[in-house]
Amino acid sequence: MTTEHRPRDLVLVGHGMVGQRFLEAFVEQPGAAGWRITVLAEEPRAAYDRVHLTSWFSGTSAEELSLTPAGFLAEHGIDLRLADPAVAIDRAARTVGCASGTVLHYDALVLATGSYPFVPPVPGHDAAGCHVYRTIEDLERIRAEAQSDGTTIGVVVGGGLLGLEAAGALTALGLQTHVVEFAPRLMAIQIDEGGGQLLRRKIEDLGVNVHTGAGTQAILTGEDGRVRAMGLSDGRELPADLVVFSAGVRPRDQLARDCDLPVGERGGIVVDERCRTRDPHVYAIGECALAVDGKVYGLVAPGYAMAETAARSLAGELRDEHHFTGADTSTKLKLLGVDVASFGDAHGATEGAVDVLYSDSRSGVYKKLVIGGDGQLLGGVLVGDTESYGLLRPLAIGGKPLTTAPGHLVLPAGLAPASGPVALPDEAIVCSCHNVTKGEIRAAVAEQGCATVPEVKKCTKAGTGCGSCVKLLGAIVADELAAGGVTVDNSLCEHFGQTRSELYEIVRVAGITGFSELLDRYGRGGEGCDLCKPAVASILAGLAGGHILDGEQGALQDTNDHFLANLQRNGSYSVVPRIPGGEITPQGLITIGEIARDHGLYTKITGGQRIDLFGATVDQLPRIWRRLVDAGFESGHAYGKSLRTVKSCVGQTWCRYGVQDSVGLAIELELRYRGLRSPHKLKAAVSGCARECAEAQGKDFGVIATSAGWNLYVGGNGGMTPRHADLLAADLDKETLLRTIDRFLMFYIRTADRLERTSVWLERIEGGLDHVRQVVLEDSLGICGELDSLIDRHIACYQDEWAAVLADPDRLRRFTSFVNAPGAPDPTVTFVPERDQIRPARPDEDGRVLTPALIAGPHLEVHSA
Amino acid sequence: MTETTGMTDTGTVEILDGREWTRICDYEQLTPGRGVAALSAEGQQVAVFRDRSGAVYAVDNRDPFSGAYVLSRGILGSRAGVPTVSSPMYKQVFDLRDGRCLDEETAPDGRPAVLRVWPVRIAQGSAS
Repeated sequence: MTTEHRPRDLVLVGHGMVGQRFLEAFVEQPGAAGWRITVLAEEPRAAYDRVHLTSWFSGTSAEELSLTPAGFLAEHGIDLRLADPAVAIDRAARTVGCASGTVLHYDALVLATGSYPFVPPVPGHDAAGCHVYRTIEDLERIRAEAQSDGTTIGVVVGGGLLGLEAAGALTALGLQTHVVEFAPRLMAIQIDEGGGQLLRRKIEDLGVNVHTGAGTQAILTGEDGRVRAMGLSDGRELPADLVVFSAGVRPRDQLARDCDLPVGERGGIVVDERCRTRDPHVYAIGECALAVDGKVYGLVAPGYAMAETAARSLAGELRDEHHFTGADTSTKLKLLGVDVASFGDAHGATEGAVDVLYSDSRSGVYKKLVIGGDGQLLGGVLVGDTESYGLLRPLAIGGKPLTTAPGHLVLPAGLAPASGPVALPDEAIVCSCHNVTKGEIRAAVAEQGCATVPEVKKCTKAGTGCGSCVKLLGAIVADELAAGGVTVDNSLCEHFGQTRSELYEIVRVAGITGFSELLDRYGRGGEGCDLCKPAVASILAGLAGGHILDGEQGALQDTNDHFLANLQRNGSYSVVPRIPGGEITPQGLITIGEIARDHGLYTKITGGQRIDLFGATVDQLPRIWRRLVDAGFESGHAYGKSLRTVKSCVGQTWCRYGVQDSVGLAIELELRYRGLRSPHKLKAAVSGCARECAEAQGKDFGVIATSAGWNLYVGGNGGMTPRHADLLAADLDKETLLRTIDRFLMFYIRTADRLERTSVWLERIEGGLDHVRQVVLEDSLGICGELDSLIDRHIACYQDEWAAVLADPDRLRRFTSFVNAPGAPDPTVTFVPERDQIRPARPDEDGRVLTPALIAGPHLEVHSA
Repeated sequence: MTETTGMTDTGTVEILDGREWTRICDYEQLTPGRGVAALSAEGQQVAVFRDRSGAVYAVDNRDPFSGAYVLSRGILGSRAGVPTVSSPMYKQVFDLRDGRCLDEETAPDGRPAVLRVWPVRIAQGSAS
């Protein structure tokens, strides 16, 4: 006899972060198989990362923010209905009505409707120009308006986490920005008076005007109905073209109210420790729910915990330890480049709590720890230096008496004895987004064979939420690997046991001038290889000087450096003359054009504001360069691991928005660092205003003009893993800017690994950006004098590599195709026409040989067939 | 198949091309650790190298992985004591003694990734 089981219907209302997390947790439960899942979403797109919403302004695409893995919905047969919100629940009939008119039956209903932004009901709050900050669509509207003509002043109502993020976004969009906060300080919920003061100063230093203790009384509009100003409670009138409300959120519980489910006095659907409402068929999770401890949690980690609880409860897998009875509300964020963190009982509300405080206004660091009567860490506030957050937060959640003196925990790195992850007990929660303990991380390494942070992330989910614990995660993994006897081999290659930076120090201190000497004295023997030779060549170029093709150095160079040109697929080369700042005279353009025409070269404008000339054979290189050098062009170093370009926008000289001469500065920077050899190629850019047309934040170092000077960003890159640069210093005058870049570059060159980009280096180096800032701005290592003199020597000794080659017959000798047939062209380098130019012939094509004879003719005849 | 008849800085580098020894260049024209391209009497492109110890090698100039005639522009090295050249195109490493690729056995065209090797000698005195 068989019993027929119809699948039960599960309807999830809301596809935000918590909704998606619920789905992921639910489908993993063994009891999930018998359910058919439908999701009703109000927004037109599937779940995305709202926590990092602001990064959308800095270039993170909606796709990158997506939290729904490709194929996830299909794999589990989940029916996601976008832009079709639920509008009514009939609990007696167990149905949900949708905006589209569809009515869905449910056996279980999960409400994950989140919250809506609170807009104070002041007159004019709905005028044109007023926005909230909640969805990608909100951000699209804000950006479009901020970039339209006539929008210059933005006001954010609310000085909490999100309000400050919004202010940062408006500043980055080029608006003069104000923050109006009703409370007497910024981030009043998370941080205390002292931290608030310091935060305010730091935010103001970044050009944001802060008005605390000020209520919004009215939004004043112009005749066109658009926002014109804001009336404040102290009688002032603040001009405004755009207003963003970020005055907190309220639970979206209307659906529950309408079907008579109990809600809290101040909103929020009442749920039990299983996240069930009063109706056993209806659950509520995340920001729309009022938890058993009487709180509505506005953070993602508690929402995730509720999602897990509801998923297990529904699938019948719930055990007591999965009950949701409350959560950690710690937060760490980077606001406008200012680090802020708060965790546990940050305000010292616990009876008998005492403070330990470290405050240094000069360096902008404020740290407070709240210690309980039994000596346990209860919570704390960190502003300006949140390095220790990853360690302190689990200690506070652990609730055990501290084994380290609290004073040591707030002292800046270097002053305090080291207290690494070893100090954490196994039950300490390292990743609070996913509730992963140190013990589980150690088990992933020791028992499940994870050997890297990405593997541990995949295995435990730790570090895949807000990411604030990744550093601590790395330290625990390294500790555990070391404890297991695994040593990480940093050897450059089989010939050198040292890292590149160690070799750099050896060459510098021992005064080594040649590869053989280095290999004989400090290497492991052998001939060397294509890993260590170019790396040593780069080190010698920076420290020993001399032409890179002279003597033994010539044999070390990578193929491109060896011919001072870029090898292309068919063995031909491309030639890139330097065009500093992208500025070129018409005569210069004509000259390059004539050379390309006479040699039959393919020409292309590069992404870095250069003209690339393709299709030159080895023999042609000197002749091409003879003409370029005669016309005043220099090597563009496009072949080297060295400074490539300093891109620029047109700047204030022509642009109506520019506030500084970006072209002039780009030229100056490019000439200053031309020929500088480094572990990886270097790119830079200068933008004349915050509109950032030169894309400076995607470069190894980028400069953006402000009305007060120059902001310096470092560590950005494109490539396979793009990264936005971090603000290293703001509003610098030109002299300080140059010195700061000098030191940043030399410190990088000195300490980076082989082929390590500035972005990777910045994330790897101990102490990160803060450490680099201390080294280059405060000379914390006492090496700035040395770094300065290295750059000064580089500038003084610079010579154009191609001009030097042309002046020396010995160096010129290598530019022949065949040693025993000088003048004979290489018959294998062949081209065919395409789009009126040449391209390398493929093996199945009958290409034409580009011979020196062509130089006599005006150009290679090309017919587009 | 390397035959060095002297470690002095003079002499003529020759390869055995068919049945004849063919002159490539003067020994001193070779930079230690680097190579040159030359044409054989049969019209083949040969990459000729001199390593830092003075030994000379001659292999096919064609890189089997890219099809380009560029191996003479590679960086010389050693791997576990084996003298090598790495292709400047995609960096595969070849044994200079027998032309075998140490990284991949098969080229993209399906043929074994092995370079032709020419016997080479440094002849003293008469440069024919």
